[in-house]
Amino acid sequence: MSQRIDIQKTYKLFIGGKFPRTESGRYIKWTDKKGTTVVNICRGSRKDFRNAMVSARSASNGWSSRTAYNRAQILYRVGEMLEGRREQFMAELTLQGLTNKQAENEINQSIDRLIYYAGWADKFQQVFSRVNPVSLPYFNFTLPEATGVVAAIAPDDTSLLGLVSIIAPVIAGGNSIVILASESRPLSSISFAEVLHTSDVPGGVINILTGYRSELIEHFSSHMDVNAIIYCGNNPDDQKLVETNAALNVKHVIQFPLQDWSNDKHQSPYHILKCQETKTTWHPIGV
Amino acid sequence: MTKKQIWDYSPAPESTDHIQLKDQYDLFINGEFIPAVDGKYFDTINPSNEKKIAEVAEAGKADIEKAVASAKKAYEKTWSKMHPKERGKYIYRIARLLQERAREFSVIETMDGGKPIRESRDVDVPLAAAHFFYHAGWADKLEYAFPGRATEPLGVVGQIIPWNFPLLMAAWKLAPALATGNTVVLKPAETTPLTAMKLAEIIQEADLPPGVVNIVNGAGETGKFLVNHGDINKIAFTGSTDVGKYIMKSVAGSGKKYTLELGGKAANIIFEDAPIDQAVEGIINAIFFNQGHVCCAGSRLYVQEGVADEVIAKLQKRMESLIVGDPLDKNTDIGAINSKMQLDKIKMYVKLGKDEGGKIHQTACSLPKKGYWFAPTIFTDVSQSNRIVQEEIFGPVLAIQTFRTVDEVITKANNSPYGLSGGVWTDKGSKIFKVTQDIRAGVIWANTFNKFDPSSPFGGYKESGVGSEGGIEGLSGYVNLV
Repeated sequence: MSQRIDIQKTYKLFIGGKFPRTESGRYIKWTDKKGTTVVNICRGSRKDFRNAMVSARSASNGWSSRTAYNRAQILYRVGEMLEGRREQFMAELTLQGLTNKQAENEINQSIDRLIYYAGWADKFQQVFSRVNPVSLPYFNFTLPEATGVVAAIAPDDTSLLGLVSIIAPVIAGGNSIVILASESRPLSSISFAEVLHTSDVPGGVINILTGYRSELIEHFSSHMDVNAIIYCGNNPDDQKLVETNAALNVKHVIQFPLQDWSNDKHQSPYHILKCQETKTTWHPIGV
Repeated sequence: MTKKQIWDYSPAPESTDHIQLKDQYDLFINGEFIPAVDGKYFDTINPSNEKKIAEVAEAGKADIEKAVASAKKAYEKTWSKMHPKERGKYIYRIARLLQERAREFSVIETMDGGKPIRESRDVDVPLAAAHFFYHAGWADKLEYAFPGRATEPLGVVGQIIPWNFPLLMAAWKLAPALATGNTVVLKPAETTPLTAMKLAEIIQEADLPPGVVNIVNGAGETGKFLVNHGDINKIAFTGSTDVGKYIMKSVAGSGKKYTLELGGKAANIIFEDAPIDQAVEGIINAIFFNQGHVCCAGSRLYVQEGVADEVIAKLQKRMESLIVGDPLDKNTDIGAINSKMQLDKIKMYVKLGKDEGGKIHQTACSLPKKGYWFAPTIFTDVSQSNRIVQEEIFGPVLAIQTFRTVDEVITKANNSPYGLSGGVWTDKGSKIFKVTQDIRAGVIWANTFNKFDPSSPFGGYKESGVGSEGGIEGLSGYVNLV
């Protein structure tokens, strides 16, 4: 009597719309609580990050110049695709320590969050734009504009919802992103990349790496082509490092403490604005 | 190769009879003028004749301690508890008093900083008053500025301002900070302390509660004490990118907030279909306004090839008619360079431009013997990699390049670590919106340049800064959204 051998999944990086292994050839063994199931996770390197940055930068202009309506539809599509792959995420989230109920909540909220920001993609600019009543004969208007490429260190305590809550407002606002997935719970983050891959998100707009936070945070925060750095966590040394390195090229710094991302107060159009610049245009009025 | 001017202008100096200046200015702390703890003073001079105007108390660490403590006390005891409507009325008072004394402020601004009286009279002072007036009205209307959120003030704000628009920058900083309920310690630049001290007199006259605004003078050391003080909740800075980066590093890990308005190297783009004469006027204003001591100055000119010869010829002709000289003369277009240090920097860059192979053209104007002066200068035959094209000179020096296509010029314009401002000149509306959209900078002027308004946000992308000043965006740098 022969027993069927399971096919174990290989978790790879997501860079430029492709799933490469880390160029470094290094890997991290990931085990569940019982220590039984083992998968190999890529231990991303500085070079992987730099490659991801090149992809993110080249995707940035194309993404920000798409219509807001199109970006909204693509975010909605990501939500649709996630909805369709519940079982896979249920299995992975429970494997990473959640109860069935918790896993179901996390999936539901991740989908809802995507839909929430899909709705904002074609509205935030309208809500936060102004025509300014200047005292000179000019038509003067101000609107938010994507800052460019965002590097992010995702929350460590959630595999999916934290990652989604960081990515969605960044790309709804027309930026591209390179994000380091949770170090302790990376599985659903990479599976989410598979959702993105089938959701019309152009390659390079979202890049997801796995690896050690302690190794990569230095490179994420010091890279000279990053426009904004998001750090999620409570480690004061990390916070100081990120803020110090941000000075190298005057990056925006956005920080989120450890928090319960399932709370709806953590979704807001003001999160979109955190990765936006403010552009004001003066146009003469006359004949 | 001196060219004779078509007309000679008779001198038309603005009178200085009506201004009131003391020989000595102290620190403004807790509503009173007090000397520095260690009794130090430094001279402030008139850069157009190098004569001493007054001496000003230099704040040391102990003085910063006092100023911050007074701001903190005023925040906790008075300002944060006051009804916003009343806060607003104090700010209106400041605006009114400033308007009433506009002439005096203009003259002192010109004497202390070297800028033409025409600019301090028509731009700096009226805009400063307008900033107070605009922001005063926001004090009791903040719930309408941020939909879905309430605001709360940050606490004590440290503000450090530059020497190019001394009073105007003080207004840009103070007005939104006060309207949103913060208290302030302001440090003016060491070469231009006087109008801030005159503003302190107005603040006293307006009966603002003691400690709400404190003004301390001094150079970089004084600024460092302020930045590193533990009771400061936010730093607002306008100045060089280098100092901005220093501030970011200094406050890292401290929880202090910051907004930074830093350097620039703006691209000013002239298309073939631009109204050329109007554009030439605009180019002149973009680079020579305030001796080029403007962070958003249009210091990189890009001219489309078909009109390059015409534009450059007209520009040279127009430059010859610029009147360089006594800043107090109402005919003067270009005043004195603000300080010897800045003059040396400009000279260094001009030498560099020549060494790098640029072709220089300077006007044949005669410069006064005393004081700090620099003739309007343009460089042609320069390229993107030249340092005078990449780096901020902060003086009356324009670097001119040509281009053929829209894509090319946008790439060139964006090839800079800065992103503060930009200009585009064309008669075609759709092209304006294409180019203004694609330039990565915070303020873009179409068929104009160097226009400012309190309701219009001003701030930079990339290494030109973090945050905006003016308008609703400017308020957001002084509040927590809750």
